[in-house]
Amino acid sequence: MGDSIVQFLETWSPIDIVLIAQNFDRFLWGALTTLELTLISLVVGGILSIPLAIIRAGNNPFLNAPVWLFTYVFRGTPLLVQTYLIYYGLGQFEWIRETFLWGPILSQAWYCALIAFSLNTAAYTTELLRGSIVNTNRGEVEAAKACGFSSPMRMRRIVLPSAFRRALPAYSNEVIFMLHGSVVASTITIQDLLGVGRWLNGRYYLAYEGFITAAVLYFIIVLAVSRGFRFWEKHWLQHLYPREALEVKPAKGAASFRI
Amino acid sequence: MKFRKLMMAMTAAVMMLGMGSVQAADLRVGVEGAYPPFSWKESDGTLKGFDIEIAEAICAEMKRKCVLIEQDWDGMIPALKARKFDTIIASMSITEERKKQVNFSDKYYNTPAKFVARKGAGLEISKEGLKGKRIGLQRGTTHQCFMEKMYPDAELVLYGTQDEVFQDLAIGRIDAQFSDSIAADDGFLKTDAGKDFEFTGADQHDEACHGPGAGMTVRKSDDELRMELNKALKAIRANGVYQKINAKYFEFDIFGG
Amino acid sequence: MDLIIEYQGQLLSGTWVTIKLALLSLVIAVLFGLLGAWAKLSKNILAQKIGAAYTAIVRGVPDLVLILLVFFGGQELANSIGTLTGLWDYAEISQFAAGVGTIGVVFGGYMTETFRGAILAIPKGQIEAGVACGMSRLVIFRRVIWPQMVVYALPGFSNNWLVQIKSTALVSVIGLQDVVYNGFVAGRSTRELFTFMFAVLMIYLVLTAISDVGLRWLDKRYSKGIVRSEDG
Repeated sequence: MGDSIVQFLETWSPIDIVLIAQNFDRFLWGALTTLELTLISLVVGGILSIPLAIIRAGNNPFLNAPVWLFTYVFRGTPLLVQTYLIYYGLGQFEWIRETFLWGPILSQAWYCALIAFSLNTAAYTTELLRGSIVNTNRGEVEAAKACGFSSPMRMRRIVLPSAFRRALPAYSNEVIFMLHGSVVASTITIQDLLGVGRWLNGRYYLAYEGFITAAVLYFIIVLAVSRGFRFWEKHWLQHLYPREALEVKPAKGAASFRI
Repeated sequence: MKFRKLMMAMTAAVMMLGMGSVQAADLRVGVEGAYPPFSWKESDGTLKGFDIEIAEAICAEMKRKCVLIEQDWDGMIPALKARKFDTIIASMSITEERKKQVNFSDKYYNTPAKFVARKGAGLEISKEGLKGKRIGLQRGTTHQCFMEKMYPDAELVLYGTQDEVFQDLAIGRIDAQFSDSIAADDGFLKTDAGKDFEFTGADQHDEACHGPGAGMTVRKSDDELRMELNKALKAIRANGVYQKINAKYFEFDIFGG
Repeated sequence: MDLIIEYQGQLLSGTWVTIKLALLSLVIAVLFGLLGAWAKLSKNILAQKIGAAYTAIVRGVPDLVLILLVFFGGQELANSIGTLTGLWDYAEISQFAAGVGTIGVVFGGYMTETFRGAILAIPKGQIEAGVACGMSRLVIFRRVIWPQMVVYALPGFSNNWLVQIKSTALVSVIGLQDVVYNGFVAGRSTRELFTFMFAVLMIYLVLTAISDVGLRWLDKRYSKGIVRSEDG
């Protein structure tokens, strides 16, 4: 019975399902690499973005200008080029290859991707958070002032918690874009989900089987992430819904992503 | 309804962009361009190398115009099967596995494969010696087949082009690389970047993976073209054109025994 | 620097390919965006479903995966359709066509959301007023919806365009000789990848900056006489 199914698939299916099934564990490992890279970059980039966003929302020109430059460069250029610059570019310099950073970190493709992705998402998240901080309800800040909160305390207790929540819908787009962006890892030898797809096609000289499998798995991951965020948004933004529903609903989808 | 018509016309126009009919007289040849000395790209964008000149010579012999089409290695066979070009002349080894998908002319050269590592690295070419070592190679080559079969415990690092393998070997991202020995010698060891590196171990050969040598690749349905290519190859070997190109690039007979 | 000058022809021709690719795919993206918004807002359930599936796929699958799929898989599909119908023997899907088509369609999905949001922002009463005045649906679209939609869609449109121009870099992976591909080839053969990748980075920054100026001009032109909330 099992044999006849395999035989049926081999003769009649336009895509080589048997081959995909045989290598499916590799695809799962690839998906794990993709998730791992995306998640760690988001955490590192997220942590970096908090102080940077506070600087950008403030009005110290000496601090503001370099941070602005950082976000402008990383948001104005493709992630692919940034990753190439770090992975292939830095190796050009002998003095970099002689530093202690080379062996454990910069010589590894995985860390290079992580650095590029983290800086990239940090730049986007910084601007996103800045917008959210700047748009904090004046009344909340004034109330905190009236209660005698110091400026750092206002930031920590009032502005940031509320800014985080309001940034959530836009941030869910950023997360999905980072997931999309992580395919760049496959161009610098990393066997992420797309990397495994390319490996399969290269190994067996196929045109599309590897890509289709990767596409389906990416789709499932994005779907799960979106669902998760929708649940979170419901949970954390509940207090904003009744009022905002009458005024401006935070635009879903593309209108608010990136930049 | 003018609006809808306009949109349809524009969509159609865009669809047409990439489509053009190809004259039967032209021979469309898939080449690579990142595999010196067999093929590389000059600063003005022109293609150079042994494969390129062989392609030109074959076309001249067949009295057809050569249209060279650059294609990344990964996609060579899919692109041939999808009729993006008629033949591949890009140092593609004739193997049984590839023959399931495509067909080959007779071989036009044959050179052995070898490992390259840093001088004095003391890499031992054995199952034990390569265990856990990072070996760089080009994705979708016979060398990938060989390594996966013979040294499954080595950590393979797969690249799109041979150039990238050399680049990362030079700066120490991989412990060794495995490729065609001539490509490694001319493309890397003889260059400035490769001066601290050397061949490690003997010639490596596995008949099932490496096959009898490099051939010109054609679609299975194109047996007529395969015959013509074979005839042209015989002719340029008989009239000395092949030997002239050989001498221009190598000091030895690359055709092999 | 000398190397950049030696390879400037390659870099410039690559930049030109990038610009052409970005502009042509923008045209497709706008067309697909309008179609998609129309489908999603349509009363026809089938159209709604197709529109929803379209935006879900675009959001669910990374653009590079789709580009690779269209370039390699699409060619085989085009061939088999040709063979089955007997209409054509071979229809080339070039790297450029695959890149323009895929990026255009992908960003059409994002434009769909932008345009849909913009159309929804137009007060219903105005459309009803149009109907009451006896305007045909086409006239309502041209006179009432379009001029306001452009204004509402502009911020989202700007975002999409800035992301799209960067996404064109991905076509270098299928071997289209854009600025990234040419810069990468030059960097590889000269073993100065930092130099060339940095140059490519700068070229993109210039393209982004020019877009910024252009979009700001558009915004000024179209938002005359409109008061917008501060985050618009």
